[in-house]
Amino acid sequence: MNCNCNAHQEPRSENLSVDAGLIEQELIKYADIKGGLITVLQKAQETYGWLPSDLLEYIAGRMGVGLAKVIGVVTFYTQFRTKPVGKNLILLCQGTACHVNGSSDIEEAIRDYLEVEEGEISENGLFTYNNVACLGCCSLSPAMMVGGKTYGNLTKESTVKILKEIEKESSR
Amino acid sequence: MRITVGMGSCGIAAGASEIYKLLEENEAGVKVTGCIGMCYLEPVVNIYNGAEEKVFVKVDKKGAEEILKLIKGEENSADEYAASREDIELLSAQPRIALQNCGMINPESIDEYIEKDGYKAARKCINEMTPEDVIAELKTSGLSGRGGAGFPTWFKWQAARDSEGEQKYVICNADEGDPGAFMDRAVIEGDPHALIEGIMIAAYAIGAGEGIVYVRAEYPLAIVRLEKALEQAREKGLLGENIFDSGFSFDIRIKAGAGAFVCGEETALIASLEGERGMPRLKPPFPAQKGYWGKPSNINNVETYANVPWIIRNGGAAFCAIGTENSKGTKVFALTGKIAKGGLVEVPMGKTIRDVVYGVGGGIKDGKAFKAVQVGGPSGGCIPAELIDTVIDYRTLAETGAIMGSGGMVVMDETTCMVDMARFFLDFTCKESCGKCVHCRIGNVRMLEILERICNGEGQSGDTQLLSELAAQIKDGSLCALGQTAPNPVLTAIRYFSNEFEDHIEHKKCTACQCKPLLTYEVDNEKCTGCTLCAKKCPADAISGELKKPHIIDNAKCIKCGKCADACRFRAIKVS
Ligand SMILES: Cc1cc2nc3c(=O)[nH]c(=O)nc-3n(C[C@H](O)[C@H](O)[C@H](O)COP(=O)(O)O)c2cc1C
Ligand code: FES
Repeated sequence: MNCNCNAHQEPRSENLSVDAGLIEQELIKYADIKGGLITVLQKAQETYGWLPSDLLEYIAGRMGVGLAKVIGVVTFYTQFRTKPVGKNLILLCQGTACHVNGSSDIEEAIRDYLEVEEGEISENGLFTYNNVACLGCCSLSPAMMVGGKTYGNLTKESTVKILKEIEKESSR
Repeated sequence: MRITVGMGSCGIAAGASEIYKLLEENEAGVKVTGCIGMCYLEPVVNIYNGAEEKVFVKVDKKGAEEILKLIKGEENSADEYAASREDIELLSAQPRIALQNCGMINPESIDEYIEKDGYKAARKCINEMTPEDVIAELKTSGLSGRGGAGFPTWFKWQAARDSEGEQKYVICNADEGDPGAFMDRAVIEGDPHALIEGIMIAAYAIGAGEGIVYVRAEYPLAIVRLEKALEQAREKGLLGENIFDSGFSFDIRIKAGAGAFVCGEETALIASLEGERGMPRLKPPFPAQKGYWGKPSNINNVETYANVPWIIRNGGAAFCAIGTENSKGTKVFALTGKIAKGGLVEVPMGKTIRDVVYGVGGGIKDGKAFKAVQVGGPSGGCIPAELIDTVIDYRTLAETGAIMGSGGMVVMDETTCMVDMARFFLDFTCKESCGKCVHCRIGNVRMLEILERICNGEGQSGDTQLLSELAAQIKDGSLCALGQTAPNPVLTAIRYFSNEFEDHIEHKKCTACQCKPLLTYEVDNEKCTGCTLCAKKCPADAISGELKKPHIIDNAKCIKCGKCADACRFRAIKVS
């Protein structure tokens, strides 16, 4: 028996929590291209910062695949987020080289400073930190990336200093 | 005069963008280049004046100003930033094949690549050689896959060529999942055209019309540089229809990965390209028979492809002349961890670990004692100090219980706990297991639980045996190499560092002082000034004492968080 979850309703964008028009081009481009789901999801996350569940449903409808498949893909890849994040996403490396050079201390410093756990938004809304495995800057370990910029040779003190600077810039 | 600034991701992280801007604003002819491999000296600036080359290292703002003065004719002004003779020699002693142009040319300029004989090899293949000739040349070279398994490259190409099918694909695996490795990133950022040329030659050899490069999501700069390079190659007619008027048409596109280690495995990578969850499947059929969309596909690693143009230009025999009986050519390693001179090194096969760690790598940071080197990442193992003269070669490395892997080499010293490292890798594989096979999905978690309890001081006698038994079952019961090799880091740790396991399990001690629950904190009465800072920082109220009198830590209350030791300005907290 086929699953008919999406059979009767046309996917509608009016009442979504985000403006789906922003990814309309991708949706049109990839609707008929086999294997485009990940690319569409990447574009959506780039646009909205995360992937709300009603948007996933909409994407499933437009791509002509089941919601279960979309959620299956979203939960498989660590890149995809189903929760909103702070204005600055900190990618803290926990790769081998960084681990050997003390990345767990850096995590402690970030956690203590922001008073959040991994994936949560700090109270001022400015930060979320996520652990990742290797940023490819292992020679500067321990390392982290914030907004596409990589910071290396971190210490507890320099990490907090960097966060404070970003805070200052963000509130300008 | 030509001035270059090393602007790989690592250089940029060390502040190279600022240096580049400073130089470029004041001087014409300043160029970007990729990573030369001397990451420990970054930011690096090179000045070429005719045949003369000057290298400046750890260049900061002041350094940039001095270099500008030098360019204006003020001799010796930047001398304090000049690279030492020793460092230059270390670099020039390396034979460069895969990294040939990295750090030398501007990766964003196809003309500079062409000047270095770029695309000559592709032209030679397409205009003068049959696909069979190309494959024969690779067979002569003895090139084997640099992505981990070390499978002969010519064999895979032949298989894909022999497979029936109108449409075939060449895929480049740039997922570089081994945490602690960045060779592929450096090649793409530093010499993207060499990769493109290698892929083109493979496509010609197997008869493919389309190529795809699957790049790790964490490598934004690599994607930008590769995109630019592809665009330039298209403009010059090196990609597209009817290349070199030969009737051969071929183009390449990029697919950004989405963060899953298992997608480095070739069948999982194909599933991911098709927009699915990246789950490996049973082989055969191999990708060469049924790959992307069921069509014959050839998958190789970045470094493998980057070797190909050199082989065609210089002949397979020249490549084969380098290396050992069963491993030919060179291998690029990412040397990191507790190493004095961390970075990228290209060494001929047949050198020893000692040559790499002490020769090229300058030994251990801060004069500490060398304990082990981890090669092969989560599928590999730790090679202990007593095996430091092991020869780098696919077979001898495998004999130690590690593997060649893709080239991550993480160096560890006396302050690294090997039980903790085993736990670290297993934690990684548990998170990255796709969940398809029960042994990998659940077995690894059980192993991790045991390792965690050992690190927490709750290890029981018999634990190492239990780990070994589980390991054997996981190896047997897993479909893909992720599960089959996941226990390797643990098994090598048990094999070479059984004393550390014993210390943890029987004596509840971590000699490297890394496993916090096993540590004891004590105040050194001689050094303590009674400043009370530690008592204020202690979240458990375990420290007491009067102002200006030595303090005392109550071990029953201590939660071993280490905050007191961090806070103390007089190093008066002893950790053991
Ligand atoms: C779990 C797992 C992860 C892998 N990750 C990578 C990787 O990141 N890069 C890579 O080139 N090969 C990786 N491989 C090896 C590939 O499956 C494949 O053997 C390789 O890309 C073939 O290219 P080569 O013959 O040029 O080495 C991985 C294998 C496994 C089992
Ligand atoms: S291990 Fe942290 S950047 Fe590679």
